[in-house]
Amino acid sequence: MSDAAPLRPLGPRAGEDPAWVRIGLIALVIAFSVLLLILPLVTVFTQALAKGPGPSLAALADPDAIAAIKLTLLTAAIAVPVNVLFGLCAAWAIAKHDFPLKSLLITAIDLPFSVSPVVAGLSYVLVFGLQGWLGPWLQTHHIQIIFATPGIVLATIFVTLPFVARELIPLMQAQGRDEEEAAVSLGASGLTTFFLVTVPNIRWGLLYGVLLCNARAMGEFGAVSVVSGHIRGLTDTMPLHVEILYNEYDSVGAFSVAALLCLLAVATLVLKLALERARPLGEDTDLARPIGRNPP
Amino acid sequence: MTTFAPRASRHAPRLRRRSAIPGFTLTFGLTLTALCLIVLIPLAAVISRSAGLGMGGFIAAAFSDRALRAYELSVSCSLIGATVNGVFGLVTAWVLVRYAFPGRALLNAVIDLPFALPTAVAGVALAGLYGGTGWIGAALAPLGVKTAYNRVGIVIALTFVGLPFVVRTVEPVLRDLATDVEEAAASLGAGRLSTVARVILPALAPAWITGFALAFARAVGEYGSVIFIAGNMPYRTEIAPLLITIELEQFDFASASAIAAVMLGVAFVMLLTINAIQAWASRSSR
Repeated sequence: MSDAAPLRPLGPRAGEDPAWVRIGLIALVIAFSVLLLILPLVTVFTQALAKGPGPSLAALADPDAIAAIKLTLLTAAIAVPVNVLFGLCAAWAIAKHDFPLKSLLITAIDLPFSVSPVVAGLSYVLVFGLQGWLGPWLQTHHIQIIFATPGIVLATIFVTLPFVARELIPLMQAQGRDEEEAAVSLGASGLTTFFLVTVPNIRWGLLYGVLLCNARAMGEFGAVSVVSGHIRGLTDTMPLHVEILYNEYDSVGAFSVAALLCLLAVATLVLKLALERARPLGEDTDLARPIGRNPP
Repeated sequence: MTTFAPRASRHAPRLRRRSAIPGFTLTFGLTLTALCLIVLIPLAAVISRSAGLGMGGFIAAAFSDRALRAYELSVSCSLIGATVNGVFGLVTAWVLVRYAFPGRALLNAVIDLPFALPTAVAGVALAGLYGGTGWIGAALAPLGVKTAYNRVGIVIALTFVGLPFVVRTVEPVLRDLATDVEEAAASLGAGRLSTVARVILPALAPAWITGFALAFARAVGEYGSVIFIAGNMPYRTEIAPLLITIELEQFDFASASAIAAVMLGVAFVMLLTINAIQAWASRSSR
């Protein structure tokens, strides 16, 4: 801000749009998000409750639905910790050290976001399936991965792999290395430095990554659909169960399970908002921002 | 990024500047191992299986008439979706950053819904809304407009999945854009429209293009939200990822891999393009 007052007033105020532009643009954006975001959500709940809450709850209490919920929870319970471990390792190596071809490694970490989930699923079929690289060996040892829980977990790990890493890498790069170097030079061990110096600095970003990773892990469809085999009650996750019921024209059932997943999404958004409020300034990171670039 | 070694290192240049912070070998090793086992080796299996077809076989499988139609559909609908998002994303970011209005916080939260909502749920929800019996589908049917089981439906689904990208890439740049540049332009006599066109939009361009590319890349590979609303008619409303699953259901692994290899190529190109745009953007913002 300059101390001198402007020489002349600039219309209503410089950088401010006329009221009709403001109202028009706001109305446009609200109409767009109602049509594309709000109404679909409302549709899920109205369709789920089309015959009252009874049939809807019955659909959720169905043994196959419960098995699907359990499998989804199990998958997330494995995929999310793996993701945290990978994200912490990748961010520590990339942000706190220098090595050649670093940007290539960062690009490779980003790969699962660009690859179609269906291609990811196919790649696991080609490695672990009966006709795959490891298929004959797995068969002689009676290990089933494709069309079984391990395949579903692996496919979920593939598609969620970048979540925590891409949250932590820019954050830890921006924070620099001074604090860790100071701790180490004062005699702290690597683990002590990590838990007492680094973790307090990155906890919000880490939670944020975990939250988004969890939403994706519970909701993944394409990759899991390819490796699952769609065996009801056995290899059926919640999103796959939605598809099965929908294709059987069980509208109430499909939308009831979908409504449960909508609640998960809404809870994710609420928690995300709460995290953004709680997060101190300077830990601002964005979901859609590609990783690996320091903020200028 | 500054990679100047301290003056002390006047010995032979080392491959890696030693950091005082421990744990490099362990974390780097784990990262690389996990990346290879989980991502790179499985993807190599796709390339290897499709290479097993030989040149002629690969071309026959990957560029069959049906596959070409599927690519065309996926790419053109993704482009339209990303363009719609490009326009509305820019306006949304503008409204979120510049205007105060009731419901702004809610709008800000709901924009991220496509990131949080499972794609299959998005698929059945959009099909339920835009299909023949849905509120919007039924309302538009008398006008002769069909919003599901055709290209329109596919574009709606792909617009949905790419929606947050442009908003979330443009928004931080717009927030950081100093208003004094705008005021300077205005005080020098520029009208509001020319200030927006000549001062604001060029500053947003790198972020906007990045968001567009991210939305497009996401849409090309999208599967779950599309298949419920697409209709899935061979040659007409069959997207490329769906074709892979169809080949797979017929146990034609080689053809599935050939199509997947093409899609993998598109994914690589998009990833490199986005990286190049990012590098250009961070250079031009200095």
